[in-house]
Amino acid sequence: MTKSPTITFPDMTRRGLGALPWIAAAGVLAYAFFVGGYLTTVMSFALIYVVFVTGLNVFMGYAGQVSFGHNAFAALSGYTSAYLTTSHGFAPLPAFGAGLALALSCALIVGYPTLRLKGHYLAMATLAIGLIVYEVAVEWTSVTQGYMGISGIPPIGIAGYEITSERGQLAFLTVIVALATLVSWRIRESRFGRALSAVAGSEDAARALGISASRYKLSAFLASAAFAALAGSLFVHVVGFVSPEVYGLHMVVLAFTMLYVGGIGTIAGPFVGAVIISLLPEMFRQFKDYQDLAYGAALILLLIYAPRGLSTISSLFRRAAAKKAVVS
Amino acid sequence: MTEAGSAATRVLDVAGLSARYGHIEALHPTDVRVEDRELVAILGPNGAGKSTLMRAIMGLVENAGTVRFRGRPLPRRAPEACAADGVVLVPEGRGIFGPMSVAENLELGAYLSGSKAEFERRQERVFSLFPRLKERLSQVAGSLSGGEQQMLAIGRALMSDPKILLLDEPSLGLAPRVVEEILGSLSALNREGLPILLVEQKAPLALKIAQRAYLLSVGRVIAEIDPRKVSSYDEIAHYYLS
Repeated sequence: MTKSPTITFPDMTRRGLGALPWIAAAGVLAYAFFVGGYLTTVMSFALIYVVFVTGLNVFMGYAGQVSFGHNAFAALSGYTSAYLTTSHGFAPLPAFGAGLALALSCALIVGYPTLRLKGHYLAMATLAIGLIVYEVAVEWTSVTQGYMGISGIPPIGIAGYEITSERGQLAFLTVIVALATLVSWRIRESRFGRALSAVAGSEDAARALGISASRYKLSAFLASAAFAALAGSLFVHVVGFVSPEVYGLHMVVLAFTMLYVGGIGTIAGPFVGAVIISLLPEMFRQFKDYQDLAYGAALILLLIYAPRGLSTISSLFRRAAAKKAVVS
Repeated sequence: MTEAGSAATRVLDVAGLSARYGHIEALHPTDVRVEDRELVAILGPNGAGKSTLMRAIMGLVENAGTVRFRGRPLPRRAPEACAADGVVLVPEGRGIFGPMSVAENLELGAYLSGSKAEFERRQERVFSLFPRLKERLSQVAGSLSGGEQQMLAIGRALMSDPKILLLDEPSLGLAPRVVEEILGSLSALNREGLPILLVEQKAPLALKIAQRAYLLSVGRVIAEIDPRKVSSYDEIAHYYLS
């Protein structure tokens, strides 16, 4: 048994299996589009989270850092969008531009000193940012209206044309997600992306090769903050309402779950993870009181049987095939 | 050769370099120099501060003192700037990027170079030195043997076209035959004219290829050795044991 069975495993089948998570998630999306109703809403939220998690993946998956504070950037941009469109009559696009600028400046100010920290320290520092922004959203009532939140936010619209139907919004979000995933893919395949994975591999080794670790960490932080900002603004326009709870700590927990269940560091991971994690609670709704229990059990099973994420499921099949080959 | 070496031929001049981890000074003010075309070994037992010296030269640890490279001072807290100047470290434990392929590792070595033709030229040089890397080009670096990983680490450093190569214990955890092969390649590189500063615990092997050596103990240089004058290793063993 010297010949490795992984080599004999047909390449076409492997590629087919690699596309499986994509096809499954896209299938659910298409189904939601035709069925409409509640599933459309669930999928809209899922797609917004895809954007958020895709950004987080750049920072955590590609660059190997940890952030518990990206909800802050979503909140900054989301609240800016909400405030400018409701109180100052801004159109959604320029309002988002302002929100993005605010989120990026904040990321720069926060990231420059904290990205010199490593591991746990960086994680704690980012956690603090999330908590601070949450407190500001609660306390600065003249702008944010505190716990009451801001309502009556207009839907997404470009050049006077508003997308009001749920299907329209879903289609729009699908385009955004496709673009975000494309950008994420281009980042990973680029010189910049390779430098990030070098930093993730070993900061010292990367620096000894002339790769400025702190600069690349900061760039990845800014890029992921931009994704978070986009997700934050999309949310307020899709829902039409924003309150501090929207960007609370649970957003971080949810995003982490999506990232790990989908597959951290992979391109399909955020998409697959966000769709699955958004659908799971709905699938267990019939269990009533046991819904959370079933959800928790499903998560544990997913992480046991697909520890590197669902988007790497093809390698799981490959392992099974390898095992079978050894047995026979 | 020890006394000679004017400022013009001096490649690396380390003067009063000390380094600390928090409150502990792991390296007391140290002077080390490397002349043109020289292979200098840093010897010493575990915990002597050999790795710290290398990391301090690169600016990877908090340090004080001066390091001059061909007369120009190197920045003290910017390893990436040292690398850009041609002072390149092959870190202890190799520091290869395990999940990436051999080709990608080599590509990252040439990170600071933009030219395609130059990249090919350097890659050919690496392949001629370590033909095995060419065979393993698409293999995941983490799946290479220890010796191959060390070859990759050295090859990756060569991809940045170093003007001086610093190596931190390249023999670590390798079989004796592989160690000889690696040190042989270093010696060959040095004969081509590349100055090398080599940290090595296996003193006899290092002294075979070095023109000069420093002996480090508890964060200090305690002796400078001319390998040609070492008649027996008892003298060195004495330092290791004391």
